[in-house]
Amino acid sequence: MNFSEPLLKIENLGRQLPNHWIWRNINFSIQAGAKVAVLGPSGSGKTLFLRVLAGLDNAQEGEIFFQGLSLSQWKMPQFRSQVIYLSQNPALLEGTVEKNLQYVYRFSIYRDQHYNRQRILDFLSLLGRSSSFLKRAVHELSGGESQIVVFLRALQLAPSLLFFDEPSASLDRESASGLETLVSTWQAENEQRSYFWTSHDPSQLDRMTDQELLLEGVDGK
Amino acid sequence: MENNYIILGPWQVAAAAALILINILLSIALKLKLEKQLGIASIRMVLQLLLVGFILEWIFTLENFIWILGMALLMASVASISAVNRTRRKFSAIYWNSFFSIISASFLITGIALSGIIQVDPWYHPQYLIPVLGMVLGNTLNGISLTLDRFMEDLSSRRNQIESLLALGATRWEAAHESMKESARAGMIPTINSMMVMGIVSLPGMMTGQILAGANPMNAIYYQIMILFVIAAASALGIIVVILLTFRSLFNSRHQLAIHRLHLK
Repeated sequence: MNFSEPLLKIENLGRQLPNHWIWRNINFSIQAGAKVAVLGPSGSGKTLFLRVLAGLDNAQEGEIFFQGLSLSQWKMPQFRSQVIYLSQNPALLEGTVEKNLQYVYRFSIYRDQHYNRQRILDFLSLLGRSSSFLKRAVHELSGGESQIVVFLRALQLAPSLLFFDEPSASLDRESASGLETLVSTWQAENEQRSYFWTSHDPSQLDRMTDQELLLEGVDGK
Repeated sequence: MENNYIILGPWQVAAAAALILINILLSIALKLKLEKQLGIASIRMVLQLLLVGFILEWIFTLENFIWILGMALLMASVASISAVNRTRRKFSAIYWNSFFSIISASFLITGIALSGIIQVDPWYHPQYLIPVLGMVLGNTLNGISLTLDRFMEDLSSRRNQIESLLALGATRWEAAHESMKESARAGMIPTINSMMVMGIVSLPGMMTGQILAGANPMNAIYYQIMILFVIAAASALGIIVVILLTFRSLFNSRHQLAIHRLHLK
């Protein structure tokens, strides 16, 4: 990758709902290492925007380039192993925490990688948790603990870009700051790692991000 | 087959109807309000079966393959529409998916059974084709209906989970696999259950019919075993085809779950 080439470039992106454009003419690009706050009033389509960037939904106009290559040229599983969207409604599989962490290595895209328990334990120790957490059943986890699993499941795959969609919306302060610690540690390991973050908490965005992208509602003009 | 069984005349059928009449009188006397439903059901049953009798008598005289094929297609179409009518959700291609899976599974398996196993000559002889196809369709329709319903419900209820897996780099196949497995299992339950208790809890209608008609019980049982294998094979094949078609309808080549294509009826 060329040094000055943006990691992600968005050109004229627009998304239409049945009778209006929810956002339109969005141009934006980031270099590797960017920490972006996505801002906008509720209903401005932040979730849809991140889903489109992750290739889970489609835009009606415009183009997205990742590492210089248009999204339509990427194979989706390959692209999504690099660019991971974490939903505001975490969904885990039945079973233990560790089963959830290991499960993703069954995907063909990760066939050359292996589950690294020590790496997970290192992350957990940052949060003051021990290996017994791995044996817990996911249905008995609190909301904050589920988010930890969702985060670890993605962070262990070493993506280059992550989208955090309201990750701490329903969490107490302590859980929220645990997630922030995880992400900061992960990002400090490699300065090239980047993320987008949405939040209702402006102070969290101040701590976690250093640039912003504003989605304003557009009317049908 | 020689007629070594007692042929029923109209007065015997009427005597059987009188048994229902007793129930209707009882219901009136006890104010159970069952008489209307019982009466309608009895009349419908008689009319539908008489109609089918006339149609079958006519069809059995046909030698023309095209007419028999037409009848088979009509039966399959009705089956594929009924399979979808019981599902809670729908998507635009669902009737086509149901039709294609029912046709491909039932025609292929029935064709093999008639030409290769029973070795009827010609293989489309209506005396064999229509009843065998009917049994196959009835079962395949149940399997497909349960499978479709389960698959769509599963995709809706586990949407977050499936999209999380897709977002982590799963292919659409990897993300949907658990739901496909579950819906195939649900669709095969009736077939597997009925095979499990066959002969113990239930004596299948076809076999009892053959025995009443004077067949040697062992011969009737051989026939029944063959039919059950054919029915199970057609059900399983239909279920696999309908899962693959539905998978293609609800996941696109960009590995996205197109859940917006599903709507409640």
